[in-house]
Amino acid sequence: MARHVLRVNGKDHEVDAEPGDSLLSLLRDDLGLTGSKFGCGEGFCGACTVLIDGQLTRSCVTRVGAVAGKAIATVESLAAGDRLHPVQQAFLDAEAFQCGYCTSGMVMATVALLKNTPNPTEQDIARVMDRNVCRCGTYPRIVDAIKRAAQQMRTTTTAVGGQR
Amino acid sequence: MSSIDDALSGREVVWGTDNLFKSYTVARGDVEAAFAGAPIVVEGEYETGSQEQLYIEPNGMLAIADLQNGVTVWGSMQCPYYVHRALAGLFNLPAEKIRVVQMETGGGFGGKEEYPSIIAGHAALLAWKSGRPVKIVYSRAEDMVATTKRHPSRTKHRTAVTRDGRLLAMDVDFVIDGGAYCTLSPVVLSRGTIHAAGPYRCDHVRIRGRAVATNVPPHGAFRGFGAPQSIFALERHMDRVAAAVGLGPDEFRRRNFVHAGDTLAVGQVIREPVSMNTLLDRALALAGYHDKRRRFVEENGTRAIKKGIGFSTFMHGAGFTGSGEDHLASVVAVEATREGVVRVLAASTEIGQGTNTIFSQIAAEALGIDPDDVEVVQPDTSEVPNSGPTVVHHALVDAGVLPSVHSRAEFRAACRRYVDSYGTLRATSRYQPPPGVRWDDQTYQGDAYGTYAWAAYVAEVSVDTTTYEIRVDDFVAVQEVGKVINPTLAMGQIEGGVAQGVGWALYEDVVWREGRMANAQMTNYIMPTSMDLPEIRVHFEEVPYPYGPAGAKGIGELPMDGPAPAIFNAVEHATGISATRLPLTPERLMELMCASPAV
Ligand code: FES
Ligand code: FES
Repeated sequence: MARHVLRVNGKDHEVDAEPGDSLLSLLRDDLGLTGSKFGCGEGFCGACTVLIDGQLTRSCVTRVGAVAGKAIATVESLAAGDRLHPVQQAFLDAEAFQCGYCTSGMVMATVALLKNTPNPTEQDIARVMDRNVCRCGTYPRIVDAIKRAAQQMRTTTTAVGGQR
Repeated sequence: MSSIDDALSGREVVWGTDNLFKSYTVARGDVEAAFAGAPIVVEGEYETGSQEQLYIEPNGMLAIADLQNGVTVWGSMQCPYYVHRALAGLFNLPAEKIRVVQMETGGGFGGKEEYPSIIAGHAALLAWKSGRPVKIVYSRAEDMVATTKRHPSRTKHRTAVTRDGRLLAMDVDFVIDGGAYCTLSPVVLSRGTIHAAGPYRCDHVRIRGRAVATNVPPHGAFRGFGAPQSIFALERHMDRVAAAVGLGPDEFRRRNFVHAGDTLAVGQVIREPVSMNTLLDRALALAGYHDKRRRFVEENGTRAIKKGIGFSTFMHGAGFTGSGEDHLASVVAVEATREGVVRVLAASTEIGQGTNTIFSQIAAEALGIDPDDVEVVQPDTSEVPNSGPTVVHHALVDAGVLPSVHSRAEFRAACRRYVDSYGTLRATSRYQPPPGVRWDDQTYQGDAYGTYAWAAYVAEVSVDTTTYEIRVDDFVAVQEVGKVINPTLAMGQIEGGVAQGVGWALYEDVVWREGRMANAQMTNYIMPTSMDLPEIRVHFEEVPYPYGPAGAKGIGELPMDGPAPAIFNAVEHATGISATRLPLTPERLMELMCASPAV
């Protein structure tokens, strides 16, 4: 066991862990951040997706030792109090879930996509979608949610830009 | 013993005297006499593989247990009362000492009907023994290796037809592999057997259904419950019969569809209006079937990528089979609080199919209040009455019986007055089957289901003759499911079911090695992602069903039935290859195409 300092959602946490422990189990079991889900544990399904230094990362196959000092963002960081992040709002508006288990991973993947690609093409969206599975088969509405979110975020950015 | 053939050969006996968990026979008319005089007889044999539900949340359970307080478990499950009954038996404790709470469940599709009883038992026993709370969460590999999957099947068809394409007799032998223990096999077999002759009129029918024992892990419930297996065989076979009499697949079916007043193989008279012709017309028109049917043949020629289009027509019985619904004795309670909030207490669980939303909507509509004023209580066996398992969106079929009242304000005032003067306002109601329904478990004759949903699905495919990959390019799903209570949820159920159907048809291959799943990982058990799926175009024809809640029939299982045979029929149109075994992976298609002189 060794002590690690993890920066999760803007706060430092000291945790005792083996360097090889998975970031996902640490987030869920030690920090109580259960928004990231365990689906496969082998980096395939995307349910555990978080952002590390802004990069899309599968937390189930990420070792604690590899992320010390880096900025880790989970789905819990998105909403500001009661105000949902536009991507979350878009998923709600599009009713883009059935059981909801894949949703936080899908939301995080969308956040990452739109950060780098505010104007995603169908191809860009398809690439994201190919890496996240939804067994309920809600794909058409998830795609719809991604498009809504993109549009919503573009309009807000323009509005803010205009004010400056 | 790991196959149906092994079990039927009787070389080794692992169950009873003949390896049979259960068998049923449906008999109507005089099949042998009809075959004796028949001008055309078509035979076929069809096989389907196992399928893993692959809900993204693996099974998990938390238990506390001691002599004083009894046993409490919280976990991921579809049927809290199944778990309750299992634990009561396991611990030999009175019912009130066992409490089962369903937590938000990340998908089930039938895979969390039976198995949660086992993992709950393990967790509870460990808790009892250790005196500490025990939590068990399966890894993906454990979940895939240990839990129940869809029954593999083998169906033999022998069909007699007139020269002008009218069905004279159908002889069907339907066998499913139950695995090492019986579990839900009789119920799955029952639904598969009853659906084996489909929405067709035929006076002489014999269906023999058998569930065999083998040494693989037990198979269990999975969306569709046996019907997808027997419908795959039938709808593939119907295309071949059509070809044998020289008719198009659509014209042949039109000559044989059931209509109101006709009798199904189990002796059930169709009492409601049904128009398979209308559904088929609509589906074929939406898909541009006739034009493509002609055009693809002309265009395919020597191209490496060949296109094809095919369809399936089918029905799916609503609710539980035969006397199941009576036996399950569903009870739903409704309670109004002083503040005018209505609480619905039912053991039917939300697993992503929208039960809670639908319950709220039905209750709100019946009571003339806002859906936001309805609260669906979390299934907890200490609070909710046993309303039967959620299996089959039965959730819908049993919860529609709520008292009808007035406006929102009046309703609230009434609640306050009532609670102040008399205390708790609570009503329970028990599921009532539609009038005149009768079913005989002995002869397997009667009204197998209160009603049926009807459908026509069309698939368009591209077959790459270099890589042997099959892509579904377009999919049209037209169905009549009574009244659609919530269109968004209904569309989602159909899209999701079609996605799983595409997976079952083309990708999802459970590889068995010495009775154990050899590919228990998401990386080598392939399920479709959005890249593998076409746009799924969903259309509903609405004919309200008078005995369903708010006119609905239930839709969650139906969409699993149609995709596989439609896709196979389309592949035959594209390539001339008449595949009979699913999944049709590139490896299998390659074998078939290399062996075929025609291609
Ligand atoms: S749980 Fe991490 S990718 Fe599936
Ligand atoms: S909503 Fe259930 S897995 Fe995506």
